[in-house]
Amino acid sequence: MNGHSLVVLRSGQAMPRARIPQLPLPDFQRAITAGVAAGQRVAALFADAPAADGNVELYAVLADSARARLRVGRTTLDSDHFPSLTPQCPQVHLFEREIAEQYGVRPEGHPWLKPVRFHASYRPGHDAWGRSSGETPLIGATDYYRVEGDEIHEVAVGPVHAGVIEPGHFRFQCHGEHVFHLEISLGYQHRGAERTLAGGPNKRTIHTLETVAGDTSIGHATAYCQALEALAGCQVPIRAEVLRAVALELERLANHTGDLGALAGDVGFLPTAAFCGRLRGDFLNLTALLCGSRFGRGMVRPGGAMFDLDDARREQFLKCLQSAFRDVENAADLLWNSASVQARFEGTGAVSLETCLELGLVGPAARACGLECDVRQDFPWGIYRFAQVPVSTWSTGDVFARAYVRWMEIQRSVAFIREQLQGLPDGPVRADAGVPKPDHLVAVLVEGWRGEICHVALTDAAGKFARYKIVDPSFHNWTGLAIALRDQQISDFPLCNKSFNLSYCGHDL
Amino acid sequence: MILTILHTALHVVVALALPPLLLGVIAKTKALFAGRVGPPVLQPYYDLWKLAQKGSVFSTTTTWVFCAGPVVGLVTAVLAVLLIPLAGSDAPLSFPGDVILLAYLLGLSRFFTAASALDTGSSFEGMGAAREVTFACLAEPAIFLGLLVLAKLSGSLQLEKMLGGSLAAQWSAAGAPLVLVILSWFVVLLAENSRIPFDDPGTHLELTMVHEVMVLDHSGPAFGMVLYGASLKLFLFAALVVRLALPQSAGFAWLDWPVFIAGMLGVAVAVGVVESTMARLRLTQVPVLLVAACLLSAFGVVLLLR
Repeated sequence: MNGHSLVVLRSGQAMPRARIPQLPLPDFQRAITAGVAAGQRVAALFADAPAADGNVELYAVLADSARARLRVGRTTLDSDHFPSLTPQCPQVHLFEREIAEQYGVRPEGHPWLKPVRFHASYRPGHDAWGRSSGETPLIGATDYYRVEGDEIHEVAVGPVHAGVIEPGHFRFQCHGEHVFHLEISLGYQHRGAERTLAGGPNKRTIHTLETVAGDTSIGHATAYCQALEALAGCQVPIRAEVLRAVALELERLANHTGDLGALAGDVGFLPTAAFCGRLRGDFLNLTALLCGSRFGRGMVRPGGAMFDLDDARREQFLKCLQSAFRDVENAADLLWNSASVQARFEGTGAVSLETCLELGLVGPAARACGLECDVRQDFPWGIYRFAQVPVSTWSTGDVFARAYVRWMEIQRSVAFIREQLQGLPDGPVRADAGVPKPDHLVAVLVEGWRGEICHVALTDAAGKFARYKIVDPSFHNWTGLAIALRDQQISDFPLCNKSFNLSYCGHDL
Repeated sequence: MILTILHTALHVVVALALPPLLLGVIAKTKALFAGRVGPPVLQPYYDLWKLAQKGSVFSTTTTWVFCAGPVVGLVTAVLAVLLIPLAGSDAPLSFPGDVILLAYLLGLSRFFTAASALDTGSSFEGMGAAREVTFACLAEPAIFLGLLVLAKLSGSLQLEKMLGGSLAAQWSAAGAPLVLVILSWFVVLLAENSRIPFDDPGTHLELTMVHEVMVLDHSGPAFGMVLYGASLKLFLFAALVVRLALPQSAGFAWLDWPVFIAGMLGVAVAVGVVESTMARLRLTQVPVLLVAACLLSAFGVVLLLR
């Protein structure tokens, strides 16, 4: 193996840590920039400190969707600073800020080096901003980008909002109604999920993962279970793979339907808002029919699925799915056929394909820019290896595109579920998960309803998690929202925000 | 004499008691369109009663201007509805040239609402005040041009004459200008009362609000005054539209008043239907629709002077 390049592995393939190439820092960074220049995307870039007072290691996971391969490498930092990659490769900007905050190593030359989640450094005594180790940073207390001028005004929204939503702080630099710049500052939901996971797997691990982002319980649980199964070498029964995929698609259906309704609500279009609010509940109830929990808690477990679907319930399931889909179809048709709605959606919050690639956006937000990326197609896992879901894209990158991509995905998910359940294979739904192999690394990509979920697990000599890295799709996409708002009307912010519908706690972990 | 007092009493009772019902009817209409049961039609009254029981919180950065907003808004709205001859009967307050008072009452109310919003120093409320006065610049000409049509038809600047029983006779002679004014005023009604497509009274998103955002800091009885004042304003604009559309007078109060009230409820249902079937305009498009309303009124004037 060539010692100066990244190692190639599949999503969900475990590899001994010793085989992960240890590159000198310049080679490591060159490998990342070269990979990104060749069309790969940074799925994860994170740090680990094997020993409390030892050096910091950086790991990079690049997603090469053209070849369905991941490229992984690592480097060891010999000091508390390293040259920042962000100026050459903007999509790593938040990863570098995260690394700086977590491990107290400073990316020199980072154009906007600020805390991400406002917690103390994981390595006492090492802080990227030189704060003393006893200090607990106040969330949101930092400098913000400012536009100066007599007629410029600043609008600060949150962290407490008028609606029942998660906390986040938004700073707009405006000239009248016109937005020059939006800066988003999060961290209010930081619970320390990654740190809790270290030392696992244990009884609490799966529950932590299911609540990393409450609306993506199945997505994160699926990624975790794949990682664990890969580390333990466990073969999941095919019936379980189908049921897991059905659960994942149901999560997508419920959230996409809710989003269409919320988008209609934001422009004050009553019929679709009212119907979709109820229909989201119908899909959640279908999830409950599958596993007893409306949010799919307890459905996906290492080794398979916790619940089976018997024939009687399957018939009921398909019938309910059919009627819910018919209603969503009507509600969506109303949306697309209302000129007043389309006038609001079209041209609002447009993101260009170029910006999308540069920022490394994922999920429906990226597909709405015309980027054909979908983990279900690019890195198929489980039943998706045999049953493809067509990728839904649109080219305009605006609110309409993000809404319409959701509608296309709803139709394709329903077709997928129907097809899978009609030919549900026989067999058990759960195998023995086994125990993770020691000193291994596994990186897993899963297409959650918001986009690519990336989990990277490193095990120690005892087979416990030395480091568990979670990258929620929101982590990639929040910057996309900030950019989408440039040169827009401030009154269109809620609409743009809803069209991305990102997770605060998925970002804050 | 006794009859006049009874008329006046009836006018005052209807003008003060009916307005919240209009809000209830709009909400019920929207609920029916959304396939929901919706709140009871009397809910706005319960809300006002609830707010009246509550205490108020005043920000320490505000001055008397902040408190003056709801009070002035309520007083001007009460005075304004007393100027309108509701069911073809005499208005309780009436004198030659009172139409000018009406215009200034509306202006005064807007001035104090905007001033009390600016007084909080909140960036949201400043934004809302800016939007409100910008749109008002375009909504007011539409009202005045419509009033000009009526003034020309009646040869008077007294609302009682302009909107009184004699209006019925004008319909055959000047039907087209009156239809244009009705359309224009209905658009203004939607704009001035922060209804869809101009504003969304049901939203919680401060960044998109026009009128609601100006009163975010008001609470308790003061907020109750704001809500009640807003319902009076809706009543006022609806009454103008109903008077134009149904000017016939049977001469019997027992018939005229029910017809008038039915007309008012009809307007409320129409507002509910508009809100249920269309989305909000993009904020930059609001002036376009308001200019269209002005043009409708202006064409009414042109047709009349032809």
